[in-house]
This record gives sequence, structure tokens and C-alpha cells, in this order.
Amino acid sequence: MSIEVKDLTYIYDEGFVFAKKALSNISLNILEGEIVGIIGHTGSGKSTLVQHLNGLIKPKKANTVVIDGVDIFDSKINLKEIRRKVGVVFQYPEMQLFEETVEKDVSFGPRNLNIPEEDVKERVKNALEMVSLDYEKYKDRSPFLLSGGEKRRVAIAGILAMNPKYLVLDEPTAGLDPWVRVEILNELLAINGKGTTLVIVSHDMDEISKIASRIYVLNRGSLALEGSSDYVFSQFERIKELGLSLPQITEILYMLNKKLGGVDYNKLDIDSGTDEILSCIKRCNKWK
Amino acid sequence: MEIKNSLTIGQYVPADSIIHKLDPRTKLISVLFFMVIIFLIENLIGYLILLLLICLLIVISRVQFKYFIRGLRPILILIVFTVFLQLFFTKGTPLVSMLGLIITKEGVNLAIFIFLRLVLLVFSSSLLTLTTSPMELTSALEWTLYPFKVFGLPSSEISMMMTIALRFIPTILEETDRLMKAQMARGADFESGGLLKRIQNMIPILVPLFISAFRRADELAIAMEARCFQVGVKRTHLKELCFNKRDYLFLVFFISIIIVVSFIF
Repeated sequence: MSIEVKDLTYIYDEGFVFAKKALSNISLNILEGEIVGIIGHTGSGKSTLVQHLNGLIKPKKANTVVIDGVDIFDSKINLKEIRRKVGVVFQYPEMQLFEETVEKDVSFGPRNLNIPEEDVKERVKNALEMVSLDYEKYKDRSPFLLSGGEKRRVAIAGILAMNPKYLVLDEPTAGLDPWVRVEILNELLAINGKGTTLVIVSHDMDEISKIASRIYVLNRGSLALEGSSDYVFSQFERIKELGLSLPQITEILYMLNKKLGGVDYNKLDIDSGTDEILSCIKRCNKWK
Repeated sequence: MEIKNSLTIGQYVPADSIIHKLDPRTKLISVLFFMVIIFLIENLIGYLILLLLICLLIVISRVQFKYFIRGLRPILILIVFTVFLQLFFTKGTPLVSMLGLIITKEGVNLAIFIFLRLVLLVFSSSLLTLTTSPMELTSALEWTLYPFKVFGLPSSEISMMMTIALRFIPTILEETDRLMKAQMARGADFESGGLLKRIQNMIPILVPLFISAFRRADELAIAMEARCFQVGVKRTHLKELCFNKRDYLFLVFFISIIIVVSFIF
């Protein structure tokens, strides 16, 4: 089972002066259990694409967005069912908090799905746990009085409480402190470990390289690159052309290779990157 | 369901036309004058001439006609309702009767009049807002309100408030759109249920919307103070308005046509 997007094109304000092509001929495939990264500049069409994945925007053609074999173009399908299956956490999701207490806010989603009251409580508890918030400690607090990172977590829990099979997150760590970012990424990895498929939209290469196994790069509404993260990050020239940056460690190795030659710069994580730098230093010392 | 598309307020459509280039004050005065005349005329031919005139101006403005039709949409119910009332509940010589309701000759006349009046009002005001940027419009309003300063009316503050309000309409609509989508992703339903249920369903949108509007207002106030904004001080404009030859020509032509029409009919 998977999310399949085939030849998707979307134009905002079609037919008016302001008409703007947001997506053109996008095709992608998200398999169960994996973590897929979608990278692109602001305005590259990432958010428009995300809205197609749970039917907030309906495609104009049949068979362009198919979720577990269900075509969302079909007017007979129940969109609520699709939205239960594909949870979408929008950019700055803490903006959507509205209830008096954390518990009420997180249970908004499951209640809309008409889940029995006892189960709702259980789900809220689990969802808060998944984002490392203690249920007893947080349930009666006002979401508006929490810190930025806590608010973000509550908002993500609001989607998790709907038990989505696919979880799509649009810039989940934007605007947070560095250590909160790391914590949230680790929580996401743990959520994936429990079997939830993740689609993470970001423009932070360091982050995506750490978490995603497969990457799609969007540029001005079309797919510019796709493949495993190792493959995508080996396309240095292309990535630079697209105005995106490499993970910092890769960038350093790339520059070292330019100056010294013979450096393997296809390293994405700090550990193997540091080893490569160390071996460089050793080599340099020998020359002396 | 994009809310932002269903409103024409502040939806300036840039184009290169004589109407766009006119001084906003010229357009404002013309539209105000036009609206007064609409209510003075009591003859069908007069209305048709005004309709022809406004259609001519729409063609000159190079703004696609569908934008004007879109402006009609929000008041469609009002139009249908008033036309219906006039049609069936006006006393006079009966014309047709069906299902116990009588359509009178006077009723038909009145219904057509009301319909044309509303259409003319919407078209003329849309012509103003579609061809004039919000900034131009508010400075024109400031100029128009200036004489009332004698009575203590703070015209430049009013225009500042309007500028800010207009500036934030698209922002807030966009945000409403975003919030609706975010809550729909959480299974919220805004399309079904009775009136009370629907109002209740709006709470998840209204609460965050108000919170962010207040936050935005605070931020804006700080930003304005940081740039030394003060109330009651005479402010200058980046773009000073000035009447050109074409403005005088337009005003003379337009107003004389309308006066002639209103005298004849």
C-alpha cells in the first residue's frame, strides 16, 4: 500500500490575471514504512503538494493522487476517511491551537472522527507520550501558556491522536531552538519506528539528510531530483544550481576535495565526515 | 473552497489603461456622483444608457468582465430577494397570476429598476476598486475628508486606519484559509449541520484568528513606533496626488453626460 502521485499539475486562480502554476507534472510514490523527504525553496510548490495528499486540494484529473488504492478525485469517497489515514501537520501548527486545555485540543481530531470517549482519552495519552509530553502534567494546562517547543509538540500530538497511517509534516522544526529541533526529529524517528510512514517537507538539508531515506527535490513546481538520500546528495553541482545547500559536513568535505583532491566527500553524517577530515589531516602531515 | 476568491474588496487588478492612470480622486468623485444619479433616474432608457456607459468604461479599463460578475456574487441573494418581493408584492394592474400570486405591471417595472440599480451600484464601485490600488484609494479618501477637519475629523488618522485595514484583509483571509485547512486536516467539518452547529464549528478558526490578529496589531504598533509614527502630526506622502489634463477632461465629460441623462430621463 502506498501514496501514489501521478502527473499532478495544479494552477492557482486558473483563468485569472493572477493565475500561477504551482505544480507541473509531479509524480511520486511513498511506500509504507519509509521516511521520505521533500525539499525545495519557498514557493517551489511544497505546501501545495502537501495539501493534495489529504484531499484539501482536489486534483482536476482522475488517478493523479491515489492513496492505498483510493483515488481522491472520486467524488464518492469520504474525505474524512482520507484525512484520518493521512495526517498533515502544517507549517507552524501551533497556530491552530484553540482549546482551553491541552487535553481538549489534542482530542479535537479523534472526537471529529466519532471515536468513543474512553478511546479518545487513551489516544490523547499515547499521542502526548509520543512527543515526550507527560500526560498528567500537561493535560489541564492552557496550550497558549506553553513554550514554543511545547506548543509545537501539542499541535503534532493533535494529528498523532488521529492514528494516521501516513504522517506528513510541513517544516516540522521551523523556528525552533536547535536542541528542540533535535528532540523533535528523534521523536519523529521513534514514531516511524512504530510503523507510521513519514513525509517530511523541509528546506534544511542537514535535517533531511539525517532522517530521510528517500528524497524528492522540487524546483519551481517540478521535480528536479529524486532518489535515495545518498544519491541526491552526491549530485552536488545540481543541488547548488537549484540554490539549495548541502549538509554542512558534506560542504566542508567538498571544499577540502577542491583544495586538496582525493577526499571522499559523499559523507552525510558528522561521524563519518569527521573520520574523513581526520584522514585528510593525517595525509597532509605525511606530506610535510 | 478558497474564501479569498469570493471577495472583491481590495482586489486591485493591475492593467495598463486610461482608467487605471486617472487620479484616484477623479474616480472617487465620479463614482460618488454616479451613485447619486442612479437613485435620481426613474426611466428605463436612462438606466440602459448608464449601463451602456459603465460597460464602455469597463471595456476601456481592460479588466476582464468576470471580475465584475464575481463582485455581484456576494449580493446575489439580496438581488434575487428584492426582485422577488417587488415582482409579487407590488399593487397595481395585474399582468399574470399564478399559484395565487399576482404579478402586476408596476411590479415588473419596479423589479427591473431595482435589479438595474443594484447591478449599476456594484459595477461602478467594482470599477473603482478594481482599477485603483488600495493605497491610492485611501489617499483619495483622505483628500475628500480633509475639509471635515474643521469639525475635528482626523482625516489622516482615518485614512491610516483604512490603509492598515485594507492591507490586512488579504492577510487575514489567507490565514482563515490556512486555519480552515489545518482544522479540516483534523477532521473538522465546515460544510454540514444546521446554523447553530455551523457557528459552533467556526470556533476552532475564530479563536486562533483573533489571537493572531491581536498579536499582529501589537507587532505593527511597535514597528510603527520604531519608525517614529505619531498621531496628529502632518504626514507627507511618497506619491503626491495630482490632477492631470486627462482628469479634468474625464470629469467634464463624465459628469456632463450623467447630468444630461438625468435631466432628460
